[in-house]
Amino acid sequence: MTGFPRGRAAVVGAATFGIDSKPGYSAIELLAKAAFAAIADAGLAPSDIDAVFSMLPEDPFSAMSVPEYLGIRPRVVETTRTGGSAFQIQAMWAALALDAGLCNAVLICYGSNQRSGAGGLVRSGGAPFPFEAPYKPRNPTTSYALVAKRHMHEYGTTREQLAEVAVAARKWAQLNPDAYMRDPLSIDDVMNARMVSDPLTVRDCCLVTDGAAAVVMTRSDRARDLPNRPAYLLGAADATWHRNISTLKDVTLTAASDAAPRAFAQAGVKPADIDVVELYDAFTINTILFLEDLGFCPKGEGGRFVADGAIAPGGRLPVNTNGGGLSCVHPGMYGLFTMVEAVTQLRGVAGDRQIADAKLALAHGNGGVLSSQAVTIWGTEETL
Amino acid sequence: MTIPIKSVHPEAEYAAFLAEGRFMVQRSASTGEAVFFPRVAQPVTGRDDLEWVEASGAGSLYSFTVVRNKPPAADYIIALVDLNEGVRMMSRLIDCHPETLSIGMPLQARIGDVDGVPAVLFQPVEGASA
Repeated sequence: MTGFPRGRAAVVGAATFGIDSKPGYSAIELLAKAAFAAIADAGLAPSDIDAVFSMLPEDPFSAMSVPEYLGIRPRVVETTRTGGSAFQIQAMWAALALDAGLCNAVLICYGSNQRSGAGGLVRSGGAPFPFEAPYKPRNPTTSYALVAKRHMHEYGTTREQLAEVAVAARKWAQLNPDAYMRDPLSIDDVMNARMVSDPLTVRDCCLVTDGAAAVVMTRSDRARDLPNRPAYLLGAADATWHRNISTLKDVTLTAASDAAPRAFAQAGVKPADIDVVELYDAFTINTILFLEDLGFCPKGEGGRFVADGAIAPGGRLPVNTNGGGLSCVHPGMYGLFTMVEAVTQLRGVAGDRQIADAKLALAHGNGGVLSSQAVTIWGTEETL
Repeated sequence: MTIPIKSVHPEAEYAAFLAEGRFMVQRSASTGEAVFFPRVAQPVTGRDDLEWVEASGAGSLYSFTVVRNKPPAADYIIALVDLNEGVRMMSRLIDCHPETLSIGMPLQARIGDVDGVPAVLFQPVEGASA
């Protein structure tokens, strides 16, 4: 008894908008473009949506402003503010709310114009922490750099292995016409790029882009009557261990190690069964940590696991097949994009980057500085 | 040994001590366990018998990173420091070069400031290595 309605809700519509930078749009305009596109993709009308789970980084009241903008009067709203993992958590609540009959069609949506509008990182982190802020860490990069340094010390992880993650992401991005950065990238390019916070160079860090994404979820019985091949939600779990990096006792072990076993148990599958893995790669160290904590390799082996192109196209495990936050898109919060890519792969419409016969996909979200970890596992009809 | 001071408004009191040049940490009167960052009660247990005691200032280097800046702004070193009291804090390392640092090496606290704001800073213990 896991308590989760395995396979009883599905994504039936999905869309992204503005990944290629669209100067002039506000964040909510980008969000609305993606939201209406996802609703149309689902074969539904906006009036069919009765639950809106939204997120705008700079708007604490998006639960009201997004429905207002879309002209929807939802009976259920949700705005979990855990940063980039919010969308996996929203998918979990969507499945539960749909299964309980609280609502019939959930829209999960996000938008940010942080590249063209704000001209830099969107400030969505809340009040400064008085026991770190005075030292002026350049967050989030500094916090992840402290983790990378410690991982290198404990497990012998190397800068070359970190760079492998960025290079693999770029090779996937080169197969994705929507990806923001598609120029060739080598291990040396990553290591010789401008150092931001040792050992992370600018190429170990995610992009700063615009972008919006949206998905629509319904109960599975209805999903089968809609135009797209449904991506069924088989398991979803999250865990929160801290907010600030100085309070995480072992910085090389994240709460994903707590969330993942619950999500896998709900889904009734194990890591080796997963055909395609979409991780929240805000920094190259993330991919290494999450491959370990989600159970794809033993703790400490992440660096060696990714070596020699193992997660690049043609490698042993397809990871971040859209190009990830490192090369495809990273508009402040990236979590919804991992779910859109998982759905795209399970529909079999991913073009040159399509993983043949993909039946099971994992879409992971990371919020804060490794603080909130959320795992969703998705499957095609035959996995039910 | 200083006499413990009852902790009522932890955040403001920590800052006030620092402004006086004192590095204080909280400790549970009943268990002796240290607490950092300062709180109104001990996390996990909720025990509200926290008092202020002078920190030893001795610790070791858990991790560090050099925050790089465009000249003329100077680079600086952000560190996570494990205090001998059994708690961890973020800080800056001063009077040292990144090449000479190694994780695990002993450190000693010094009250200084970051851009005019009083802060607990650390430097490697002379002649010591990890």
